[in-house]
Amino acid sequence: MTLPGHQHGAAAAAAQEPRQVASWKLLVTLAIAGAASGALVVSVYRMTLPAIQRYAGQQVEQAVREVLKAPARWDTLYLVQGVLAVRPPEGTDPRELPKAYVGRDAAGTRIGVAVTAQEPGFQEELSLMIGFDPASGTLTGIEVLEQKETPGLGDKIETDTAFRNQFPGRIVPLRRVKASSGTDRSEVQTITGATISSRAVLRIVNNAVARWRPLLAAYDQAGAR
Amino acid sequence: MTAVAVPAAEPLVPGAPPPASVLQDVWRGISRENPVVVQMLGMCPTMAVTNLVANGIAMGLATTFVMVGSGLFVSLFRRHIANEVRITSYILIIATFVTLADMILAATFPVISKALGPFMPLIVANCLLLGRAEAFAAKVGVARAVADGFGMGMGFTLSLTALSALRELLGRGTLLGVPVMGPRYEPWVFMVLPPGGFFALGLLLLTVAWVAGRRRRRASAR
Repeated sequence: MTLPGHQHGAAAAAAQEPRQVASWKLLVTLAIAGAASGALVVSVYRMTLPAIQRYAGQQVEQAVREVLKAPARWDTLYLVQGVLAVRPPEGTDPRELPKAYVGRDAAGTRIGVAVTAQEPGFQEELSLMIGFDPASGTLTGIEVLEQKETPGLGDKIETDTAFRNQFPGRIVPLRRVKASSGTDRSEVQTITGATISSRAVLRIVNNAVARWRPLLAAYDQAGAR
Repeated sequence: MTAVAVPAAEPLVPGAPPPASVLQDVWRGISRENPVVVQMLGMCPTMAVTNLVANGIAMGLATTFVMVGSGLFVSLFRRHIANEVRITSYILIIATFVTLADMILAATFPVISKALGPFMPLIVANCLLLGRAEAFAAKVGVARAVADGFGMGMGFTLSLTALSALRELLGRGTLLGVPVMGPRYEPWVFMVLPPGGFFALGLLLLTVAWVAGRRRRRASAR
């Protein structure tokens, strides 16, 4: 009770003085903790992966149906070393290969081709499903598969149906305009407040169609021969 | 100097919380030290995901999972984690559980996982988690740490649910997607947009402060 103030302070300081721990001990602690956490994350990743992939597959199927306006069925073509093939070669993982989904109506006539494309948006990769007619370069529709754009602004490329509904019937290459003239079939009106995201969508669509049209033409020719 | 021998069993970080029962530890997070309406921690997800009740509940439960898991491990290893690397270790533990929660949610409720989008990994940066790890879990036994994590998580979930219910009801006229306001109701879209979140939070805080103040006045009048 009569302990002088300064002594009391010194005692408290000594009590709080951190123990010196050797650096290697810190390293070992963190290494073990990191390894344990890594092992846990990897095992849960492997457990959840099938369910996540199943859902991604469903999303792709739904998007194909959406952008090709309800095809009766579709064939999948795999892009292997710059050439489209009906079957992926042995030893390759079909999930890893770029794919084109060739939609057909009930009579078997080709009504359009759907492809996926990823390119940077405003923040991260934007992933789109693009449906188009390879002969004329006319779009049949687009769907956003994945986006992490700014909520409330950039994400309008997915939530604003008026924006997405412009694409069916447009002819690639698309040009962006602030206000549509109503007659030009290559014009797409960008979203106010989402200029960079809408511009990215147009760029991705243009690039994807420009990339896939020659590939599909070559495939058609090879088939005709 | 010899008088200050610290028992080996004592935690490295001084200032352990006062003793309490496990139930008291749970209840404190829900009521007196509610993370959102009292401590005002984790405001970022609170604002961001409470536009729909389903999102609010999912974020609350995911945070609870991370709180309980990280509380358990922080408490379990509290004597092995050196003072110098404790923050790193806590963040590692928290990040691990956030990653697990993110993957489990994506595998079980993909639609909600998509709606929560970038806010799910951002649970790591929720100061509530590091705050409770440093202030509580690192200084108490496993049972109390888990109880505190669960209580804080529940308090967080309840606040988010209340906030998102208010916003969804006024902003869309629905609750959990079910229309409840009748066909004549014109949705007040403002409420589901970010400014509406601040507005709703203000209303919630006002209500809580008013109720708490009235209770205090009654207690002092007696």
